[in-house]
Amino acid sequence: MIRTNLARRGFLFSAAGIGAGAVLAGCTSNEREPQNQGQAAAAGQGSNAEPGKPVTIGFSAPAADHGWMAAVTINARSMAEQYSDVTLNATEGTNDVNQQIAQVESLINGGVDVLVILPFDGKALTQVGRQAMDQDIPVINVDRVFDTPLAYRTWIGGDNYRMGVNAGNYIAEQLKRRNVNNPVIGEVAGIDSLPLTQERSKGFRDALRRHGFRVGPRVAAEFTPESGERQTANLLQGAQTLHALWNHDDDQGVGVVAAIDASGRDDFLMVGGAGSRNMMELIKADSGPLKATVLYSPSMASSAIALARLLGQSKGLGDLAEHEIPAEVTTYSAVVTKENVDNYMDVGFDS
Amino acid sequence: MTKALDRPPVRPAGAGARHRSWQLDVRLLGLAGVLVLLCLIGLFSSPGTFLTEGNISTMLRLAAAIGVVSVGMTFVIIAGGIDLSVGSIVALASVWMTTLATQSYGPVVMVLCAVLVGMGCGLVNGLLISYGKVVPFIMTLAMMASARGLAERISGRQTQVVTETGFTDFFRGSFLGISVLVWMLALVFVVGWVVLNRTTFGRRTFAIGGNAEAARLSGINVKLHTALVYGISGLCCGIAAIMIVARTTSGASTNGLFYELDAIAAVVIGGTLLAGGRGSLIGTLIGVLIFTVLNSIFTQNNLDTDIQNIAKGAIIVAAVLLQHTARSRKGKPRPSSEPDSSNTATQPSGSKS
Repeated sequence: MIRTNLARRGFLFSAAGIGAGAVLAGCTSNEREPQNQGQAAAAGQGSNAEPGKPVTIGFSAPAADHGWMAAVTINARSMAEQYSDVTLNATEGTNDVNQQIAQVESLINGGVDVLVILPFDGKALTQVGRQAMDQDIPVINVDRVFDTPLAYRTWIGGDNYRMGVNAGNYIAEQLKRRNVNNPVIGEVAGIDSLPLTQERSKGFRDALRRHGFRVGPRVAAEFTPESGERQTANLLQGAQTLHALWNHDDDQGVGVVAAIDASGRDDFLMVGGAGSRNMMELIKADSGPLKATVLYSPSMASSAIALARLLGQSKGLGDLAEHEIPAEVTTYSAVVTKENVDNYMDVGFDS
Repeated sequence: MTKALDRPPVRPAGAGARHRSWQLDVRLLGLAGVLVLLCLIGLFSSPGTFLTEGNISTMLRLAAAIGVVSVGMTFVIIAGGIDLSVGSIVALASVWMTTLATQSYGPVVMVLCAVLVGMGCGLVNGLLISYGKVVPFIMTLAMMASARGLAERISGRQTQVVTETGFTDFFRGSFLGISVLVWMLALVFVVGWVVLNRTTFGRRTFAIGGNAEAARLSGINVKLHTALVYGISGLCCGIAAIMIVARTTSGASTNGLFYELDAIAAVVIGGTLLAGGRGSLIGTLIGVLIFTVLNSIFTQNNLDTDIQNIAKGAIIVAAVLLQHTARSRKGKPRPSSEPDSSNTATQPSGSKS
């Protein structure tokens, strides 16, 4: 809970170095009201929701160095807390693959029933995934896929290509509805060297081409608000005419929105990506160009915990005819608009 | 590594100094020529959008934060040091101030916080380099890591959007049709230029960078001065943090990424010697503008970022080669105020005192 007090204020002004700084950092830590994250319980589970055999789930993910990744861990923990029959052994997030391998090995040695792993690097963690599978500990591989299916029982992750497709389709439909011919459609991508960015861009291009449109001005940011602001400011100066803009990532979207505000432009519609809570709130307010965002939701971590529990209890998905859970689950990049935003607020994350 | 005592003493100001300043002016004119050439390329490649009031305003606004950081970096490099921590200090100052903003502190506290955090980190760098005899490269590398880590800890690695309208209205606004951020850059630049070129402090900065031992023997408190120079760099980082928070309306631990490299690049192509003892704030400013204009040209012509990075690297190399060529064409030894090339920037000033 955030509180203001005069003692801290006085201390702020007397702080004159790192030592004092560290103390004040503690005092001003960014603790927030608990959010309703990770509450997206799977629908239609039928009797699966009833408590069953106790399951111990080991969880390992990279360091929470940005909003999306932080939300992954938050969601996993929240989901586990919802089940009285689940014990979650979560390791400290790390971007050091050797450390993550060691953590997974310690979870294996600790005798967990099921592992949920979002690897920092899928290739690097493949071997330890196989090690777990070889010891009959099923692995749920989240998002960043291992090199071989032998390393996981089930993979669950997002669909970067379809993110682009759905953004492109939404934009095309909106422009057609407004009778815009030969529209200028901009794109603020993420880091261009990453395969996920390339997949998103390809999906976007392909979808627009299907409607007879193409991508116009395009910049690449770095998934940070600052880079988003810088690149968008330049893009807007170069594109005196712009009808639509897709921003790949809502983390950098904070900067993209700031650049649009600074330019005073409102002659185009904007679509975001990933589904952060603050972007959803802007969509709901409908006070600027931002009209939608396409999901790449960290709620997949919640689903991974639910799948791990079902695996541990040897159950299938409630509404499917199959006796076992699927080998692959690809989450859908739904388009969140003003009309349906309230339905998706529960999977919104703090960027 | 050449000892400071082995190097020739600083030549007193006189005819040689005038000759050197003329040399510097020629270099600056060349640099300004490159900037004008880039502007012409921008004008011809994007005639309707490049040299517009809006785009010029945008370019200057985008140059403001890195420009202010580069002013501080120029001081440090002229004094014979290096500061790799500027980007991380910017991040720390920005998330510290936005954390206070989330706790309903007003704009005055936010601004003071950023300035104090920046200056505090800079002074810690300077004091440990001067009195702790830690090599600048290593000390600022350590600060780079720890300040970024502290920024992540304070912010919880989340972007903190500033809803404090008093702050955003002022710093995102304009005065006489020019963005407040650009006024801030101009103010920092002018103050920096006056301090560096018209005060004893500035002359001592050049002297320490040229020959720290000679400066010490001439009565300059090298240790204290070095600490203050790093404090100035930190102060500039705090100001830049205010600018970035104003621009993005948010604080994030990712702010200021790679600023150290961008600032060093701008300082180097601006004609400041990495070995210290010689430099120009005007050159630094032109260097910053060259990269900003380049970014705008590439964006307006829809060119890939990888090509932009190649061009950026080529410009840095070309600028440094031009300086070497100009020097070798003179066919004379370097001015004696310039240290040996073997004197690296990582030598701690005053390490023998």
